[in-house]
Amino acid sequence: MKHTIVALMQDHPGVLHRVVSLFRRRGYNIDSLTVGRSELPGVSRMTIVTEGSDVDQVTRQLFRLIEVLKVVDVTESATVEREIALVKVNAPGSVRAELVACCAVFGARTADLGPSTMVIEITGEPSEVDRCLDVLRPFGIKEMMRTGRIAMIRGSLAHEAAPELRADEKPPLLALAG
Amino acid sequence: MSEERTGAQIICEALVRQGVELIFGIPGGAIMPFYHALPEYPQLRHVLCRHEQGAGHAAEGYARATGRVGVCVATSGPGATNLVTPIADAWMDSTPLVAITGQVTSAALGKDAFQETDITGITVPITKHNYLVTKVEDLPRVFKEAFHIAATGRPGPVLIDITKDAQQARSVPDWDVSLQLPGYRPRYHGDREQIREAIELLKGATKPLLMVGNGLIWSGAHAELRELAERTGIPVITTLHGKGAFPEDHPLSLGMPGMHGWVHVNRAIQECDVLLSIGARFDDRVTGKVSSFAPHAEVIHVDIDPAELGKNVAAQVAIVGDARSVLAALLEEMPPRDCTEWLAHIRAMQQQHQGKQRYLKRPDTPALMPHDVYQGLNAAFHARGRCRVVTDVGQHQMWAAQLIDWISPRSHITSGGSGTMGFAVPAALGAALACPDQTIWVICGDGGFQMTSQELATIKQEGITNIRIAVINNGYLGMVRQWQELFENRRYSGTPLTGPDFAMLAQAYGFKGMVVTATGQVEDAIREAWDHEGVVLIDFRVEREANVFPIVPQGQSISDMLTGVSEPAHATPGAPPPGGRA
Ligand SMILES: Cc1ncc(C[n+]2csc(CCOP(=O)(O)OP(=O)(O)O)c2C)c(N)n1
Ligand SMILES: [Mg+2]
Repeated sequence: MKHTIVALMQDHPGVLHRVVSLFRRRGYNIDSLTVGRSELPGVSRMTIVTEGSDVDQVTRQLFRLIEVLKVVDVTESATVEREIALVKVNAPGSVRAELVACCAVFGARTADLGPSTMVIEITGEPSEVDRCLDVLRPFGIKEMMRTGRIAMIRGSLAHEAAPELRADEKPPLLALAG
Repeated sequence: MSEERTGAQIICEALVRQGVELIFGIPGGAIMPFYHALPEYPQLRHVLCRHEQGAGHAAEGYARATGRVGVCVATSGPGATNLVTPIADAWMDSTPLVAITGQVTSAALGKDAFQETDITGITVPITKHNYLVTKVEDLPRVFKEAFHIAATGRPGPVLIDITKDAQQARSVPDWDVSLQLPGYRPRYHGDREQIREAIELLKGATKPLLMVGNGLIWSGAHAELRELAERTGIPVITTLHGKGAFPEDHPLSLGMPGMHGWVHVNRAIQECDVLLSIGARFDDRVTGKVSSFAPHAEVIHVDIDPAELGKNVAAQVAIVGDARSVLAALLEEMPPRDCTEWLAHIRAMQQQHQGKQRYLKRPDTPALMPHDVYQGLNAAFHARGRCRVVTDVGQHQMWAAQLIDWISPRSHITSGGSGTMGFAVPAALGAALACPDQTIWVICGDGGFQMTSQELATIKQEGITNIRIAVINNGYLGMVRQWQELFENRRYSGTPLTGPDFAMLAQAYGFKGMVVTATGQVEDAIREAWDHEGVVLIDFRVEREANVFPIVPQGQSISDMLTGVSEPAHATPGAPPPGGRA
């Protein structure tokens, strides 16, 4: 089963390596991974899509990383999910009108037009991107790049980057030799 | 007001501020600025080891003996990679360690400069956290954070890799800098509601068990554990790293579970209806085949690391928290109860399988059996007290765990999770410096001893006198040989082993060396060694093919133990593998 995990982490060099290392260790393939800024300065937000038998365990190990502030598996939650694809398709003059019409159905945009090709930008639910690509394929896809999905829980429930600090959690001193 | 200092001086001062007294290491190009500054800080005693692996294990031994953070230092490249084994060892055994490595200058990073190794990259999966410091201004914060991370929550190793230019640059250190660790918030206090659930389960159980591990020792919860056990009468199991958390001469102590645990302990686990595990992680050496582990038990799992809960064994009640805090909260509301019947039942099983005695009973052979050595050591430990025992990895380690009565916390120091041969001698060196008024006994195999015996020179150079070494010399990589005997039709591939004359080797390093070849010599030899003024090595030439029993074959249920007692195959080389099962 595919899982979508959202993680917030300090924007430090090497943090991506630490995160990816946990998945690699378990032999889990990462379907897609997107990282970017969040609403807080210095905090990155990552959406990871992966498949594995025990993703829960990896999620908890992710949380154990010192630089990771929050981890949520949003697979079962109601989310807004988006992905962008850029697609370069063969577009000789004869098919351009048809291409543009197809794009309109998916709300895709023409990002660039060359003498014989067109770059189309598709934004939407990952499944919508899939369907649009299916339609474009017969025209001849020369190049394609997808961003991987980003996800956010719907409604007012937020996993904001600011961690809730617990005042009562002061570390006890380590036990000395008895 | 602080004045300007070099990065190297800042490192030294940071160590002093953390209360560090001992540093184990070896210098080299990339760490030379640090070594240049070191003599200005006489509070820091540097111990020059003979191999960085030794320095790492020595720092571990210091940490395990004292409960404080161990510190080791190495140069870049090979110095740093030599630290990888002890760092991994500390990671697996949750030992607080700060490893400091020099790195090539920041301008040369990533360009294959002389002795450049990406040690932060290498150690990502085996450190709790690591740092690459290229700016001198970051040093005070990084050192504060590193010691905090290593010592709090679930302890573990932290590596600080510092470029040479950061050690040489100057800055006015800001010692009031605050920790910038918003993502690191270990939870110490267990959830009240869950603790109540645990109490209900313990009250309602007819066959409850307590199982404690390393976490209990690190949180210093032995008094609370004892109180809980005595108030409720619930018997206590101690894992390899839980040894010493509960006195094994206590009527409620059962002993060790798992692969080389006692039959009655594993039987009790298989029968129990509630298992409260504290600071133990259900390692596969404890659980055997995990699907058939404790089939009737509702498991209450207390651990400070949330990632341990539910990892190997599903828990009905999973409590994140520090062992001591959770136990204290549990004690507030736990009423007394009685487990006499259940305990009597377990003792009857012990009687049936004769527990420790059965395996102590030596077969009728003139050979010196390892068991004779352990009996002598155990008697001496009881009589003399004030000692720590550091074991290596192999048969001798399991015999030590089984045949010695472990009484006090931090008296048993070994490499568990990683099973690192070569651990014992350098770890004992760290423990000996940490506890100068105690005797540190090393129990090691002839194989593991030869992996790090060079640290005898360090012991000599440091003027250490309180180490005694017992080499259980069987001429084999014994534990592997035992598996070959029992499971691979005695194909002793790659396991017969020669060594130097260990006693003469000890003499070459300036120590007393002794050889024991017969049972009758054991007691006197131990006494003579203990009373000697300096370090002594005793080469115990034991029966070559003695085995550790009982044993659960790897991957099998702990219900299926080979006891080896139906015939003394281990006493008669050439005999078929023992058929006794329990
Ligand atoms: C560094 C390392 N290499 C290999 C092993 C695998 N191993 C486990 S026990 C053992 C045999 C140890 O032999 P020895 O030190 O003589 O102890 P004995 O079992 O004979 O008591 C070996 C090779 C290990 N644990 N660690
Ligand atoms: Mg051996």
